[in-house]
Parts: sequence; C-alpha cells; structure tokens
Amino acid sequence: MRALNRKLLRDLWNLRAQAIAIALVIAGGVATWVISLSTIESLQTSQRMFYQNYRFADVFASLERAPRSTMAPIEQIPGVRAAEGRIRTSATLTVSGFDEPVEALVTSVPESGRGELNRLYLNAGRLPQPGSDVQVVISEAFAEAHDLATGDTVAGIIRGRATRLVITGIGLSPEFVYQIRPGSLFPDHTRYAAIWMHRQSLEQAAGMEGAFNDVVLQLERGANGAAVIERLDSILERYGGTGAFGRDDHTSHSYLSEEMEQLEAMAWIVPLIFLGVAAFLLNIVVHRMVRMQRDQIAILKAFGYRNGAIGLHFTGLVLLIVLLGALPGIALGGWLGHGLASIYREFFRFPELYFHVGPAVIASAAGVTTAAALAGTWRALWQAFRLMPAEAMRPEQPGRFHRSLAERLPLVRRMDQPSRMIVRNLERQPVKAVLAITGIALAAAILVTGRFQQDTIDFMLDVQFGFAAREDLTVTFTEPTGRRALHELQSLSGVIRSEPYRAVAVELVHGHRSHKSAIQAFAADAMLHRTLDADLDPISLPASGLLLTDWLANRLNVKPGQRLEVRVLEGNRRTTEIQVAGIVREFVGASGYMRLDTLNRVLFEADSISGAFLMTETDQRRILFEQLKTRPRVATSSLRENAIASFTRTMGENIRIFSLINTLLAGVVAFGVIYNTARLALSERARELASLRVLGFRKGEIAWVLLGELVLLTLVAIPLGLWIGHGFCNLIGHAMASEFYRVPAIVHGDSYAFATLVVVVAMLISMLAIGRRIARLDLVEVLKTRE
Amino acid sequence: MNSTNHDPGAAFGNDPIFRMRGVTREYRVGDNVIHALRGIDLDLHSGELVVFLGASGSGKSTLLNILGGLDSATSGSVRYHDLELCGAGDAALTDFRRRHVGFVFQFYNLIPSLTARENVAIVTEIATNPMPPEQALAMVDLGARADHFPAQLSGGEQQRVAIARAIAKQPAVLLCDEPTGALDSLTGIKVLKALEHVNEKLGTTTAIITHNEAIAAMGDRVVRLSDGRISDVSDNAKRANPETLSW
Ligand SMILES: Nc1ncnc2c1ncn2[C@@H]1O[C@H](COP(=O)(O)OP(=O)(O)O)[C@@H](O)[C@H]1O
Ligand SMILES: [Mg+2]
Repeated sequence: MRALNRKLLRDLWNLRAQAIAIALVIAGGVATWVISLSTIESLQTSQRMFYQNYRFADVFASLERAPRSTMAPIEQIPGVRAAEGRIRTSATLTVSGFDEPVEALVTSVPESGRGELNRLYLNAGRLPQPGSDVQVVISEAFAEAHDLATGDTVAGIIRGRATRLVITGIGLSPEFVYQIRPGSLFPDHTRYAAIWMHRQSLEQAAGMEGAFNDVVLQLERGANGAAVIERLDSILERYGGTGAFGRDDHTSHSYLSEEMEQLEAMAWIVPLIFLGVAAFLLNIVVHRMVRMQRDQIAILKAFGYRNGAIGLHFTGLVLLIVLLGALPGIALGGWLGHGLASIYREFFRFPELYFHVGPAVIASAAGVTTAAALAGTWRALWQAFRLMPAEAMRPEQPGRFHRSLAERLPLVRRMDQPSRMIVRNLERQPVKAVLAITGIALAAAILVTGRFQQDTIDFMLDVQFGFAAREDLTVTFTEPTGRRALHELQSLSGVIRSEPYRAVAVELVHGHRSHKSAIQAFAADAMLHRTLDADLDPISLPASGLLLTDWLANRLNVKPGQRLEVRVLEGNRRTTEIQVAGIVREFVGASGYMRLDTLNRVLFEADSISGAFLMTETDQRRILFEQLKTRPRVATSSLRENAIASFTRTMGENIRIFSLINTLLAGVVAFGVIYNTARLALSERARELASLRVLGFRKGEIAWVLLGELVLLTLVAIPLGLWIGHGFCNLIGHAMASEFYRVPAIVHGDSYAFATLVVVVAMLISMLAIGRRIARLDLVEVLKTRE
Repeated sequence: MNSTNHDPGAAFGNDPIFRMRGVTREYRVGDNVIHALRGIDLDLHSGELVVFLGASGSGKSTLLNILGGLDSATSGSVRYHDLELCGAGDAALTDFRRRHVGFVFQFYNLIPSLTARENVAIVTEIATNPMPPEQALAMVDLGARADHFPAQLSGGEQQRVAIARAIAKQPAVLLCDEPTGALDSLTGIKVLKALEHVNEKLGTTTAIITHNEAIAAMGDRVVRLSDGRISDVSDNAKRANPETLSW
C-alpha cells in the first residue's frame, strides 16, 4: 500500500472516536433518506402496478336506480374505453363472537366472473357464484381483523333482509387500497368491511333486478375527464345520479395520494438535519486536522507531492468517513424501510408491496451525503490544497488572547482563573461555540420532532373524541328520513339522549373554484356532537348561513359575508345560494356547518335527518345493538370507545417503535456533537491543561476548564433546541396539512422534558469519556510535542 | 568583497548546477516591505558541500527555499542547469522539487503516523530513480530502526531518518536548513557525519544552513550572509571531519 494511503488510514484510526460519532450521524441521515425515498417509491410502484393490472377506474358515479339498458349510451360517450354498471349497497354484518354490528359496503361482481374494471385480486378462495347460498368475497383487512377464512359464514342484513353469507374468497380491490368509512378519521377494519357478491345474488338481495346503481368508467388515454363526467351526469340525472367524480375525489385514491404527498414533502426535512450536523462536525474535525498537519503537508509538498494529490488525500479521509456512515446507513434504512412498508401494508392494501432500495435511491443518498460532507469541509480542503510549503514551515503565530468583554462583568471578574479561561476561550472562538450550540440544539429539536407525531395524535383523539364527539353511538340511516325515526330511536331501551344530524353531499362553487364536500347540520341545542374551533370552544351555529372550515374557505377563496353556490349531489339535486356566515379553524375534516332547521329550510326538505348521535346506558348496549341491527333503515351504528381503542392498538405499537428509533438517532446526534466538541477542545488545549497540571492544579480543576465549557454550551443549546423543535413541528404540520386534517403543532411538556433528558444524558456520557482522557493525560508526552 | 568573481574549488566542474544572479526577495507585511534578500549572486557546483553561515534573520532560509523551488525570487535569475526557477509556476516548481531536490529541516518534520521506513517510502514512491528505503536508512546507520515511529526515536535519530528520506530518491541537491539546530552537539555531529557520508558516497551537491560557526569547517566552501547579502565566501583547503568539530 502506498505510504500516503497508510497515513490516511492511520489518521483515521487516530480520529476513530470522532469518526465513529460522525459516521453515526451520517448513518442517521442516510437511513432516514433511504427510508423516505424508498417508501415513496415502493408505494408508487405498488399503486401503479395494482391500478394497471387490476384496471382501477377513472370515473365513478352512483345513482338511485337505472335499467341496464342505460349502459349503452354511457358506453357511447366519447373518451370512454370501458364502462361497467354495477350494484352497490350497504349492509350490516354480524360476526360471531363480536357484539357490535359491522358496516359493510357490498359491490356486485359481473356474471362473467372477474369484472372488467376494479378487478378483484384474490388472496385465497374463488370468486362468488350465484346459487342457493349467497357467496361473498371479503376484504383482506376485514378477514384479518376477525380471523375469518374461506368456508366461514357471517350473518348479513341487506336492505332489511337477513341473509347468510358464505365466504368463498378473500381479496383486494384497487378501489379499497385505503379502506376507510367515508368521513372517518382513521380506518377501522374491525367495523368497516368491503365485500363482493355475484351480480345475480346482489340483484335479488337488494331488489335491483335488471338494474344498476353505480357506474365506473375507464377513459381513453388523453380523454377529457371533465367532459365525460358532464355527459355522464346528464345521462344519470333522471336516474337520481349523485354526481360523477374522478380519481381525485375517490376516497381510497385521495387518501393514498395525500399520504404520498406528505411523505414527499417531509422526505428531506429530517435527513437534512442529520446531514447538516454531520457537515458541521466534519468541518471542525477536518479544519483542525489540516491545521495540525500544516508541516506534514508542507514537507510532502516540498518533496514534490502536487497540490491535487494533497487535496485528494484529505478529501479521501472525508469520503472514508462518509462511507463509514453511508454503508450502515443504507443497510439500516433498507431494514427500517422494510419495517415501515409492512406498517403501511396495514393501512394500504396492495397485493404486494414492492419494497426495494433501488440504485437510484442509493445513488441519491450517496450524492447528498457527499455533497453535505464536502460543503462542510471544502474550506479546510482548499486550505490544504493551497498551502504554501515555505510559508507553512515558519512556526505559526501564537493565538492572540485579550481580556474579554465578558470579563468586565463583575460576575466574571470574581471567577477563579480556570472559569475565566472558559469564558475567554468561548469568546475567542465564537463561531465554533455557535456551531456547537447549533448542533446540540438540532439534536434536541429532532427529539422534540420525533415525539410530535405521538403528541399530535393524542391531541387529535382527545379533541375529536373528548370534546367534539361525545356520543357513545352514531346511527346512520340508509337514506334521509323524517324526524319520526329519531323518536323511535329515543324510545329504544338504553337510549338516554338522541340528537339528530343531517349530512348532505354537495359541491361548493365560488367563482371558478369549486370543491366537492359535505354540509353537516346539527340541532341548535346539540350537546353530544359539537363542532369545535381551534381553541376547542364549541361553535354555536348561526341561525342562518353556513360556517366553513378555514381550509375549505381558502380553497374556495371565499370570505364571510360572500355567497356560495351550493349544488346538492343527492335527493332533489337542488342548486341554491347560501351566505358564508363565518369561518372556523378546525383540525379535522373540511366541510360546511349549518343548523339543521336552516339546512332543511334551504333544501326545502321538511324535517329530514341522516342519522343520530346517541348517549346510551353502558349495560344496555348489547340489547340496543340487537335492536338496531334488525331495523331496516339503520345502515350503521358505531361505538366510539371501540373506534379509539382499535386505532391506538394498530398505531400505538408502530409509533412506539419509530419513536424509539428516532430517539436513538437523535441521541447519537447529541452525543456526536457534544463528544466531538469536547474531544477537539481537549486536543487543542492539552498543552495548556498539562501546563496547569505541572503548576499544581488537580485533575478535577483542569477537567472543569474543559467540561465547564461543555456544560455551558449544552445549557444554552437546550432551550434553543426545544424552540427550534417546535418550529420544525410547525413546518411538518404545514407540509402535512390536507383536506382530511391539519395537524396542530402540539408538543407536550413531557416531550420537552424528554428531549432535555436525552441531551443531558448524552452530555454526561461525553463528559465521562473526556474525563477519562483528562485523567490519563500524559504530562511529559504532551509537553514534549511541538504544536 | 565581490562574490561573483569567486573561483570555485578546482575539484568541481566549471559548469555550475545552480546559478543565481541579482536575486532579491521581498515580503510585504501590511505596509512594510521586508527585504529578506537584497541581491545575491552565487554559483553552486556539482558535488560540493557548501555551508551557509549567518545570524538569525539574515536570509539563509529564504535563500535555501528559493534554491529548492519552495519559494520564488522577487527579482533576478535562478537557474538550475538550463531551468529558470525565477518566475516558474507552481506545477513546474513542484516537478523540479520532485525530481532533483532533497530537503532536511531543523525540526525533522517526519510524518508521525508513519514509521521510519514509510517516511522514506512516501518520497521514494514518487521518485524516478530511488534507492530502497532500507538502503537509505542503512546509510544513516538506522537500518535497525526502520519500523519505529517518529515518537519512538530520539531527536538525532529522527533527523537521520529525515536525511535518509531526503537522499533516498538520489537527488541532485540536498538542502539542509539548520539540520542540527534542535540537537545537542554530540547528536548534531552524528547527523553531520551522516550528511558528509552521503555527500561523499553519492556526490550529492549539499547545502547546509547554520548559524553555528563551528560547522563551517566541514564545508568545501563557506558562504556568509548578513542582512540579505553575501558578506563573504571562502574556501576551505581541506574539509574538517565532523567528528573533530565541537561547540
Ligand atoms: N513569509 C514571510 N513573511 C514575512 N517575512 C518573512 C517571511 N519569511 C521570512 N521573512 C523575513 O525575512 C527575513 C529573513 O528570514 P529567514 O530567511 O527566515 O532568515 P534566517 O533563516 O536567516 O533566520 C527575516 O526578517 C524574516 O522575518
Ligand atoms: Mg532560518
């Protein structure tokens, strides 16, 4: 091996503690980078493959009922490549061993077997056949939630008729990649299922012989989607069409796109923090190294080594450290990414999640890491490149100290000499002190950011289920119903209080902007289910007009006092104008709110309601469920506590794992920065410290000179870091804001305390490590070496 | 005293390997101009051992650095055979040093992370006609210490490694800047013996800088510098054996 390379390796070995600390930080950056990018890539690939191979539709529409002959003109619409009329209805299922009712969305499968569009992927079993017993394919998530297998049966109530359903298959559909009950905050696979039935069976069960109530279309490449939707709407209008929509308004698809957009927005934030810190650490290490090796560089150049060779030599050292971090980082990222992908599989159901860490991801990780490392060290490397040997042979002028500004302060004047040395040193190297503080602060910020997700979800659950939705049970009717239904519910045993609500699918139009959404209406005296503003105060609904969520108001560019065109997408399909009475800041959802009586009046629909919120007696619930299940018009009823429990069960474990990893990585950053700062200070000042020892100072006293500086830097950095962390949370919150929720930057006191604790522990470990070195400081050795 | 008219010792060829004419070197420090060299005319001949003597700050190191291509003259001409060093670019000077020059400095300047052998090898690896590192170390009587790191060697031993490093590439000139400056006299004499041995054995043109009068006796020629000028050049009829020196 060339002697120069040998020197490089031995230099690296001498730096090993620092090099490892830096490599760990780099590994953290690379790992998070690889995780983000490969997760995005794997979701995109899986989505593309599933959509392509199973022919996910482009346009969707539902209607009340149309004869099958109506499909002919629909197929004729220019731009339509394939069209399918099908039957879709809701059902209530009873799974043995599970008390609560399960809401199911039943979709027909054409008699030819597999449908043309939104084809089923079967994990197990076969497609349903017509016959005496009603066969169904059930969604995989639902099957897993209840441990159901082919051959099992579930009891179903479809349009009020009890039917025994035999499971012949378990499958997935591109329509239900994200399987969530519309309007829900989180998926609940235990209480919401997608099932498929043979067309003939469903025709009978739903009383839809020779008819369909749902249409899906696939468009030609380059077809004008809006025009097709318009034509389709005009055809379906007389059959009670509720308005066709494209993929953007499709529940599963829009959640999935939203999730990918969020991932993309956040992909760079955390890796950049890590790499920034690594660049900073490399900067101080390499700077010092080049300075220490001035005469070595000079001698090599004197003997004819070219500037380029010397520049490359030190660049090589930097790149070796990068490699030392990048390799385990890529491996770690691949491994964690795989773990994350399987968590995603819990929420996004693809036949296969194509997870792999591709060469493009690896190349980009290597690229950004190298760029960050060189950005941090180019000045030092340039100095090595430019160094004039004759110049370097002249001894360096000693550093110029002066009585510092701080020393004029009476507090500092009363300090002993070692403490004064701390102040003087900090003041002499302000840039280094600032960078060290920044590094430690960033570590604290990462810790805060890592806990933010958990805090936010806790908060949203609290808000949603603690303040806003305090009902025990939500009952939804199959179609809008008169108020009499409410009295019936009220009269059921176990019901303490019932409150009506009305939800209408609408398209809100303002100028050239429009958005499909819903108007939710509640009774003026509602107590169970209330809408809250950002301060968590219940909003009192105005006697006239509409309240809009701020997200929606922004989207429509509308201000209080202005009027909106409201196109109702169901029932009488009326178009009307409503004034915006106010704007509310809300965390969850994006809809309009009105008083129930006002909405009924505006829509000319007497006293229609869509469902009710119930407060119930706990011990009567079982009986209540039984009663509800048999009511023909009751589509769903869901219990609040169970929804929360199921969510925290699925999410809790995963979040814990990831926050543990995050904590470890951030701990590494904190340790890396603190240890490196101290280690550098030690080697820079070993002579000074040794001299003090020679003069009779004790080990503890000289340790203070070094460690006191460390404590001071850390104490300044912590509050700064907590503040930056809060800022990061805001940033992430902004990046994640969507129609479904806007995440408030909620950070609990606990999380601040936790971040502080981790940083302090990292500081103590560094102090211990450095303390040991100080204790072993060889006075003779140190004083002998020339510096 | 007119140095240009000086006739070098008959033992050396008439064609000088270095030829300096009117060489000046100025350093600008803020508004001040420091005249480190104020007009040097001097020839060095192949194989001779020249001792440069002068007080601290007289310009010795500056002169040596210019000869060795580490620094450039502000004005004048410095020729190595046919190569004009004054005004040559960095790449040309690097190439010149790589091929023809060996340096020895006061503080040895070994690379602490490399062993004695590796410190020599790092130079021979980029040389065109080197001797094996072991042979160079043997010439300075350090064959047995080849695998020791600088920190494990005494000052005198380190300096001998530095000499081995400088001669291993078989340079045309060996330039030594206060090679004994950091050593006690006994050790210093050992180092000087090594230099003399190399000069005799390989015929390397050798320049030794010192502020120590006693060392002057070992040179073929003694050039005295003061305040950036050559104040005297004298030949020694016979070179003194370093072992007879003392200070
Ligand atoms: N890089 C430099 N910048 C400024 N002044 C210098 C520089 N190098 C040398 N000098 C000055 O030039 C003069 C000669 O220096 P030098 O050649 O090192 O003397 P010597 O080696 O004889 O002690 C001194 O006054 C010194 O301070
Ligand atoms: Mg000098």
